[in-house]
Amino acid sequence: MNYGAGIDVGSTQTKAIILNEERRIVGRALIDTGAYISQAAERSFAKALEDSGLRREEVGYVVGTGYGRFKVTFGDAQITEISCHARGANLIFPNTRTVIDMGGQDAKGIKIGEAGDVKDFVMNDKCAAGTGRFLANSAEALGLPLDAIGPLALKGTNPVRLSTVCAVFVESDIMSYVAQGKKMEDILAGVHSAIAARTIALVRRVGIEPEVTFTGGVSLNIGMVKALEQKLEMPLNVSPESHFVGAIGAALMALERAVAGDVAEPATYAAGAPRPS
Amino acid sequence: MSEATKPYEAQMHQLQREMMAKYFDEMTALAEGASGYNAHLLVSGNPVELLRAFDILPVYPEVNALQIAVKKQALPFIQKAEEMGYSIDNCAYVKADIGCFFEGGKAPFGKIPQPNLILCNYVGCNVYLQWFEHLAEYTGAPIFNLDVPFLRGETEEASEEDIRYVVKQLEDLIEVCERITGKSLDYARLQRICGLSGETGELWTKIKELTQRRPSPFDAYFDAVSLMAPLYCLRGTEECVRYFEVAYKELLDKAEAGQGPLPEERFRFVIEGPPPWPYLRIFRELFSKWGAVAVASTYSTVGGIWEFGFRHDAAHPLESIARHMLQWNLTNRGLLTRYQQIRRYVEEWSADAVVIHSVKSCRLFSAGQGDMREYFAKELGVPTLLIESDLEDPRYFSEAQMRTRVDAFFESLEHKKMLSVGGSQ
Repeated sequence: MNYGAGIDVGSTQTKAIILNEERRIVGRALIDTGAYISQAAERSFAKALEDSGLRREEVGYVVGTGYGRFKVTFGDAQITEISCHARGANLIFPNTRTVIDMGGQDAKGIKIGEAGDVKDFVMNDKCAAGTGRFLANSAEALGLPLDAIGPLALKGTNPVRLSTVCAVFVESDIMSYVAQGKKMEDILAGVHSAIAARTIALVRRVGIEPEVTFTGGVSLNIGMVKALEQKLEMPLNVSPESHFVGAIGAALMALERAVAGDVAEPATYAAGAPRPS
Repeated sequence: MSEATKPYEAQMHQLQREMMAKYFDEMTALAEGASGYNAHLLVSGNPVELLRAFDILPVYPEVNALQIAVKKQALPFIQKAEEMGYSIDNCAYVKADIGCFFEGGKAPFGKIPQPNLILCNYVGCNVYLQWFEHLAEYTGAPIFNLDVPFLRGETEEASEEDIRYVVKQLEDLIEVCERITGKSLDYARLQRICGLSGETGELWTKIKELTQRRPSPFDAYFDAVSLMAPLYCLRGTEECVRYFEVAYKELLDKAEAGQGPLPEERFRFVIEGPPPWPYLRIFRELFSKWGAVAVASTYSTVGGIWEFGFRHDAAHPLESIARHMLQWNLTNRGLLTRYQQIRRYVEEWSADAVVIHSVKSCRLFSAGQGDMREYFAKELGVPTLLIESDLEDPRYFSEAQMRTRVDAFFESLEHKKMLSVGGSQ
């Protein structure tokens, strides 16, 4: 049996996935990235191995992805999270044509083909509006745990209108609504709506074609799922594994290379490209 | 430095370094009190022929600013200008130049002289206009604004009225130069200079056509930006013609031998926008790692577009200078004419992709690049990448963000290539 592993070193969290030849997840890990990126990569892989009961040498190929992909020093190749999210979303929802990925500091839209190939993509630039960080700052301003804000936002009936989508200045915006006595759920509904609008405007640049799959850590937030669905007027695919989609895509490409008997590639012309299966 | 990015070194490079060093030495000599005249002017459609006819040395604050950035010394000058009140969003070329002026005009390549004339020859950018007005105020030098109307609509043709309008102003400029230098215009000399510029344009065109070959013998962005320095600073001289003759011969030999700037040419792209000068080497490596070679660039036409047939004309010097300023430089063109220029490059230079490098501190030229991306990606189906940093300010360059976008773009091109190869097997 061949196995492939994908390590997605994100700005906030590191995800590791091991797939078997049936493309099923046999091991996984999720840890905070922290300041020591190489160690986070190592630890997440060790945890995923432990979870799977496999030994290191049983995993034929390891692909690193995410911002810290070059710190996956034990990896055989590095592939960007854009390609990985495309392949991962395609594996879980084969009819996916558009991926909306919202992570800790990134928001991106990816247009994909039938083979999970990237046709076009856009990302936020130098601004954390529309990312997990915006939501985390909002939660902090309200003194709430991050996982509480989504469900609470759904209860809002009269969403406030935020004057900013800046992840830093949103806190003062929120505080002024608190001072005005606005309800917590209405403030949060406004926060989610603002981010959804911002993200959709970004993703529209590549064209939004169904089916749309929502990935990344923020897709665990039900308030954001609903806000996006409402504005897009279409349902989103959200997998219980949505947080791991990048790592799954990386593991899938690792598995394909393990099966093909590839050895680690030289650094030139990078290892980037996914292999046709 | 890896094998892939090791620069090709030939006689033209040696010659270019010597010529540019001599040019900067002349500038420094003027700054240190040698007799002679200089004018500060802008690269866009530069009327250098006219200045040369009066032996006025052209000094380009933009070239100085980019040299400062390449030497990684821009930030203190930028901060100096910001301390004075220039906005964080203001063009960073302006700030580096103004900051450098107030720090005594000492640049890493030489000293910048007190100008005898501030010649604002490009008014398409109102920030540039104000930059030169500020320089005039700070230095006390006389300013001459050449009002060059923007090329309007989708045409590459300037109207006869526009040409007459600019020629008339060039005649006024001649009077100004006569006053400054105390010499009257030697018309025959201006004609000879325009003739030399015409020859230079011819050679530069032949060089640019070489990148239509596979592999392209040089990178029409990363190599072209250094190749073209004499085109602006020394155009209209015998030595400039000689330099381009040498360059053409050497690059032709390379093309004949089937050599390119990289061990293997895997992708050909057209690039729009200036490079991030403070991170030029890293930026280049992002592309060369993928075997990607720029076969054409719009940035190399900021000072003039010769590859579509324009030549300075000894028989009609003023009119050809006016045409150069009006029609035959990138920055005086509207967005739709810019689209068509890039489209020709994609088609005639057989490119696989378009890359747009947007400049954070240049709103004038970055505005519309989102639409440009859509035009190429959606309407023409050419894979197009839009990335952003700055041409001068190192604070806007995020290597990790840039790398992710460039890598993802070439991964998708690689995937596309494999699918098409897989399909034909």
